[in-house]
Amino acid sequence: MINSIPPAAILILGAFLIPFLKGRQKTVYLLLLPAIAFIKVLIMPEGSHWTIGFLDYDIIFSRVDKLSKAFGYIFALISFIGTLYSLHLKNEDLQHVAAFLYAGSALGVVFAGDMLSLFVFWEIMTIASTYLIWRRGSEASYTAGLRYLLVHLFGGLCLLIGIIIHVYQTGSIVFGNIGLNGLASYLILIGFGINCAFPVLHAWLPDAYPEATITGTVFLSAFTTKTAVYVLARSFPGTELLIWIGVTMTAFVIFYAAVENNLRRVLSYSLINQVGFMLVGIGIGTELSLNGTVSHAFSHILYKALLFMSMGAVLHQTGKIKCTDLGGLYKTMPLTTIFCIIGAASISGFPLFSGFVSKSMIITAAGGGGMTMVWIMLMFASAGVLHHAGIKVPYHAFFSHDSGIRTKEPPTNMLLAMGIAAFLCVFIGIFPGTLYSILPYPVDFEPYTFAHVFDTLQLLLFAGLAAALLILSGLHPPELNAINLDTDWFYRKGANAFNWVVKRLTPVTAFIVIPLLGGAIISVIVGIY
Amino acid sequence: MKEGHFFDKPQNVKRVLMAFYICLGLLIVIDLILTLMHLKHPFFSWDGYPFFNGAFGFVSYVSIVLISSYILRKLVKRKEDYYD
Repeated sequence: MINSIPPAAILILGAFLIPFLKGRQKTVYLLLLPAIAFIKVLIMPEGSHWTIGFLDYDIIFSRVDKLSKAFGYIFALISFIGTLYSLHLKNEDLQHVAAFLYAGSALGVVFAGDMLSLFVFWEIMTIASTYLIWRRGSEASYTAGLRYLLVHLFGGLCLLIGIIIHVYQTGSIVFGNIGLNGLASYLILIGFGINCAFPVLHAWLPDAYPEATITGTVFLSAFTTKTAVYVLARSFPGTELLIWIGVTMTAFVIFYAAVENNLRRVLSYSLINQVGFMLVGIGIGTELSLNGTVSHAFSHILYKALLFMSMGAVLHQTGKIKCTDLGGLYKTMPLTTIFCIIGAASISGFPLFSGFVSKSMIITAAGGGGMTMVWIMLMFASAGVLHHAGIKVPYHAFFSHDSGIRTKEPPTNMLLAMGIAAFLCVFIGIFPGTLYSILPYPVDFEPYTFAHVFDTLQLLLFAGLAAALLILSGLHPPELNAINLDTDWFYRKGANAFNWVVKRLTPVTAFIVIPLLGGAIISVIVGIY
Repeated sequence: MKEGHFFDKPQNVKRVLMAFYICLGLLIVIDLILTLMHLKHPFFSWDGYPFFNGAFGFVSYVSIVLISSYILRKLVKRKEDYYD
């Protein structure tokens, strides 16, 4: 039975049964589905399965190799952890269904061997994830979700047009190495790039993720950007442009994360920084760097989810998430504090934690390849990660000044989910061999050399000294309640301008002037080409 | 609710900071030994200078705080109801 369906189908089809189950039955079922999907990924032999003829093409639902399997494992694993974290939700069947459709379609993208099924799963992801934002039920989540949906539909459209041109030119819908070579590839890159939060196209992420439901954000943090990393690793490895896009992503968000007051938004900016590291690995395109990208995606999904879960627990228990409102929670939420610190240590890349064994592969690939500027930027970005994710998040939530808030630990299921993620962060950090064994290429890399551990500790601890001195001396600027403008300004203000125009349209301008203008512009473009 | 938690006592904060400073001191000592015995494996030449990583981390951190607070904030900070 389990052999006869692709892993995506287990979650997608399985999701529709959720509303019909009750009580303990439902709990068991919710946990069982991702567990079965994980086993399915584990036992699937390499090769192409589930190939179905459609028109003149072959739709391949399961293209299994080491690259797709690695992402398959972590997606199934994080679905299990995210579901465990959501178990306390009562009367939230639709949210569970949306989460499973989202996770299932992410698995669909990862195992898709053709562009057509990839595109369909890509769009299901967009719609299912939008529900996880809207379900928060606030005015802010509604408008942010709407912007999220529009941006991703635009990205999907770019992808679709790119795919159509690509299929027309090559006669094949097989999804493999594309490389930058013409209009189709650029459109596909933009389509993937929007989900990957390329600089300038990134604003949807810090706009929408902090507005999503507490449990929804855990799923959001895992799937959209990492499916994009996967498809880029598959289709554009060794594309130099991605190195520079990645480096930019690691660097500019550091400053935004530093001035942001909402801790879930800090983590959202931090997510872009981490995806930047992965893109650098794809852009470099060597076996070491691609292994680095995959392993970093794997460990990142765990510690980023852990950090979002710990901040979700804070929001769930206190109703607050801003630096200026929080502080001193270690007194009443000691376990959540420890889990958050483990996530923070992992993302900062401290030795013995997961980020160290994965990020250092990418940095070593850059340094070993003689890329001076890239290496300097990645080291700078590592100090930046320590600033906003390593220190700012745990410090302002759990320590800092005592906000006077007295609460208790979140429900047991939330603690368990955080505990499992925290355990895996430490386990991968101490025994990297397990993670290295599932990477696409054979691993010839030893993270725990004395010099490497020492260099990393020196960078991080002296950056920590800077933090301590700034805070103790009172020179560290305070956190402020404010909006920080980002590139979403253009479409948020642009929409107002559009509305202004539409309200003033007369039949003459609407049906005569605008079509004439549009026609003229199109003729000029056609004339040029 | 019971008060008097770990960091409420100033001597505990002092102890933690002291432990931290001792670690930093150790790192400096080890760095000198590694440099003198030529045991470092730099990618380039300059990243093998004594204390390069520590200085890099310290300067990066301070510049991130200063640039974000005194330059970026000036450019992008708006009131919370800016988009309403």
